[in-house]
Amino acid sequence: MDERRLREVALTPDEYKAIVERLRRAPNEVELGMLGVLWSEHCSYKSSKPLLRRLPSSGQGVLQGPGENAGAVNIGEGWAAVFKIESHNHPSAIEPYQGAATGVGGIIRDVIAMGARPIALLDSLRFGPLPASARHFEGVVAGIGGYGNCIGIPTVGGEIYFDECYANNPLVNAMCVGLVRTDELMRARAEGTGNSILLVGADTGRDGIHGASFASVELDESSSERRPAVQVGNPFLEKCLLEACMDLSHTDAVVAIQDLGAAGLTSAVAECAGRVEGAGAVIDVALVPRRERGMTSYDVMLSESQERMLVVVRRGREREVESIFNAWDLTSAVIGQVTDDGLLTVVDGSDEVARLPVNLLTDGAPVRRLVGVAPEPPFGLEIDALPPLADPGATLLKLLASPNLSSRRGVFRRYDHMVGDATVVPPGGDAAMLRVKGTRLGLAMTTDCNARYCHLDPHLGAQLAVAEAARNIVATGARPLAVTDCLNFANPDRPEVYWELEETIAGLAYACRTLDLPVVSGNVSLYNDSNGESAIYPTPVVGMIGAIDDYNKRLGAGFRGEGDFVLLIGSSHNDLGGSEYLKVEHGHVAGRPPALDLTREQAVNRVVLAAAQSGYLHSAHDCAEGGMLVALAECCLLSGVGVRCPAVRPEPPLRLDAAFFGESPSRFIVSVASRAMPELQSLARRHNVELALLGLAGGDSLEFEGQLKITLDELRQAWEVMVP
Amino acid sequence: MKFGVVVFPGTWSDRDCGWVIDQVLGADLTYLWHKDTDLKGCDCVILPGGFAYGDYLRTGAIARFAPVMEQIGEFADRGGLVWGICNGFQVLCEAGLLPGALIRNASLEFRCEWTNLVVERTDLPYTSKCEEREVLRAPIAHGEGSYFADPATLSRLEQRGQVVFRYCDANGRVVPNANPNGSLHNIAGIVNARGNVLGMMPHPERCSEAELGGTDGLKLFRSVAENALKALVS
Repeated sequence: MDERRLREVALTPDEYKAIVERLRRAPNEVELGMLGVLWSEHCSYKSSKPLLRRLPSSGQGVLQGPGENAGAVNIGEGWAAVFKIESHNHPSAIEPYQGAATGVGGIIRDVIAMGARPIALLDSLRFGPLPASARHFEGVVAGIGGYGNCIGIPTVGGEIYFDECYANNPLVNAMCVGLVRTDELMRARAEGTGNSILLVGADTGRDGIHGASFASVELDESSSERRPAVQVGNPFLEKCLLEACMDLSHTDAVVAIQDLGAAGLTSAVAECAGRVEGAGAVIDVALVPRRERGMTSYDVMLSESQERMLVVVRRGREREVESIFNAWDLTSAVIGQVTDDGLLTVVDGSDEVARLPVNLLTDGAPVRRLVGVAPEPPFGLEIDALPPLADPGATLLKLLASPNLSSRRGVFRRYDHMVGDATVVPPGGDAAMLRVKGTRLGLAMTTDCNARYCHLDPHLGAQLAVAEAARNIVATGARPLAVTDCLNFANPDRPEVYWELEETIAGLAYACRTLDLPVVSGNVSLYNDSNGESAIYPTPVVGMIGAIDDYNKRLGAGFRGEGDFVLLIGSSHNDLGGSEYLKVEHGHVAGRPPALDLTREQAVNRVVLAAAQSGYLHSAHDCAEGGMLVALAECCLLSGVGVRCPAVRPEPPLRLDAAFFGESPSRFIVSVASRAMPELQSLARRHNVELALLGLAGGDSLEFEGQLKITLDELRQAWEVMVP
Repeated sequence: MKFGVVVFPGTWSDRDCGWVIDQVLGADLTYLWHKDTDLKGCDCVILPGGFAYGDYLRTGAIARFAPVMEQIGEFADRGGLVWGICNGFQVLCEAGLLPGALIRNASLEFRCEWTNLVVERTDLPYTSKCEEREVLRAPIAHGEGSYFADPATLSRLEQRGQVVFRYCDANGRVVPNANPNGSLHNIAGIVNARGNVLGMMPHPERCSEAELGGTDGLKLFRSVAENALKALVS
């Protein structure tokens, strides 16, 4: 076999050999293309699969774990939350607007395929520093807004970080959350021999061919030539597709719905059939509605044209289903049938063009056993060598104005975050919360990852990401329920990268097991490097959802009123390693990330949840990057209410800079009415959790007596540097 | 009293308007499909927010040709209440039921945020439950909501008192800083000369429950519920 041809379809000579051995013949061109895309890293997870098995995926309330279009958990009152996060990094690097837009479109279809109505979107983004990376940043933000705003699903959360390591490889991870009645949850299983396979939505064009393979190699100078491998989104069409699919729930004629994403029709049919023991399918490419002339069977099977779904319909009921799509002016066509021969057979009219075992496509890719080697440990941090904090007020202003901590209002006001009339905690605080209409249930959601921590210590960094996400959920008063993860890494063929991947997954598994958080869906994006260098930090983005029984008991991050006691829950240590303070004030990325004790983490979360449930708390905010003082400033800025505090006199060995700006985890800033203090104190004592009174809410400035006093106007001016 | 909410392909505020009418206000509700050719006995027709037909050519440009729009035009001519919100306002302008046009926001960006609106007319079926010069808090969510009209049209609107809502600060002052999109004269909503066709960019259906951040929008729905029948009779 010609090696150049193999490279084009992203197969190795060994993989080709495995194919020939299994088929006992050489695959033809179409088959080679189909196997190439499905055996790509993006579709097959061949490098990460053995590691991913370590993640806990079951638990109370899990209705659907990994392996389907999205995960699902029971949230009570007969409702299931369906959710998943997915990357669209490579396309967004080449074509930021369409890359991001189609990333959003794809993850929405995954949720629709489960029979759920999508109710919210979140986006976890990483860019190189501005202004150099403005093209990526502007394009991605516009693309997310362009798609989400048009389709009418609110974009309620996410994160944005800037770091040099993402300059050539921006990360765009989109998460979608949907709701469905538990008894109407769909699964994309091609059941029932003889049932019809319908292709619905957009006509098929040549766009996106080899997209999945493209996502599985490093970017290089020729990558911009891959622009044709980036698809173009049509949110209007997807809106119609969404509504039509929702109408499908009124009929029992539908067996399964499957999204067409990476690797298009090939992947959709193979996955759908692969989920049923012994099932196969016959597809006639001649029946596929096309957008352009002269397309070959190869083009049709590999096209990644957006806004398409596969629907398996009970035999004889096709008309009924087609009429639902007709009402929305959508094209639908019966393109094949479910079989029981375990083969995916592709015909073009009367000619057979491909015939491959389904399990060879879905599970045949030889697992790549890679070797991880720990790199040189990163620079240590000699904390005693750091000069003492000179002017905490000036440092605070500098931190608030820094790219990673400044207000994201300039971005989220470009996203419709209210459509749906369900957003009861808007973006800008910790987690967002949506109500489940018709009930008092609230669904909290967030994405989190501090990749700098992961770079300094991937095992600990991954745990910190899980803990941080959980804390964000808890800050709204909701119980963390389950996780979806998006693992963004560089080229795993490099031993130090594979080591990062191993360590990260071990850290995620440990934290999720300890905090009892099943990982029900996720995605792996490897090869995020360019020209063999400029690798990204390991970036395991944790998407999490949580629930509160009565959303009227939800908490915001901002103070509620004058005269409330402002308290710090949890204990502070000299945790300056990997901190924003260290980077912004001293220019170092060094040291060990903050130590995390998951038992303490749980105790602190229990205190906050119990206090929220009992109605003691008026607000709660997670202490994260920038430490206690930045968190406190955010509490003021989000509410317009200041705070007056006596001077902070940390007890040695705790340093003043660490007390203000250290990033010890397992801490919250809460405000309470003074009369609730005794109850809160006894609650904290019962859980053996530290509780420190910082000061009183009120006034129009943030003050630590004799140490700093800054008006909210000044703070806002610094913080809203990105809001024109 | 029955509200009809029009659904074009690409409309998304239909369900939000429906929710407020049905669940919060407790009034009768029916959805009107863009292919419908009768208004099913509605007393007020709402053209809700969204991207009708994808808004690919120009916002509202295609929607005005929808079969249902012919009936809506006749209904408006008879004095029936036709209420365009966001994309619905754009459709009404394109259809010629309201003067002027909505153009790209001055920021050239989509904007989703809370605004303040001063109510300049309280003698309308839409605003009878508002106080004279009351300041309402309501969110906007649009990329093309900058109201534009030629000088003659604009002065006619002003002279006849057809401006119903203007963007203002929290104290009701109509100042440039309070204008989120560059609308001429800070215009957020206008009514036709007869007073039965209202177009507004802000979303009253997003501020009709306290948990969503405010209830000022409900005043408009309540006003309509009280007045719609009278409007048709008179």
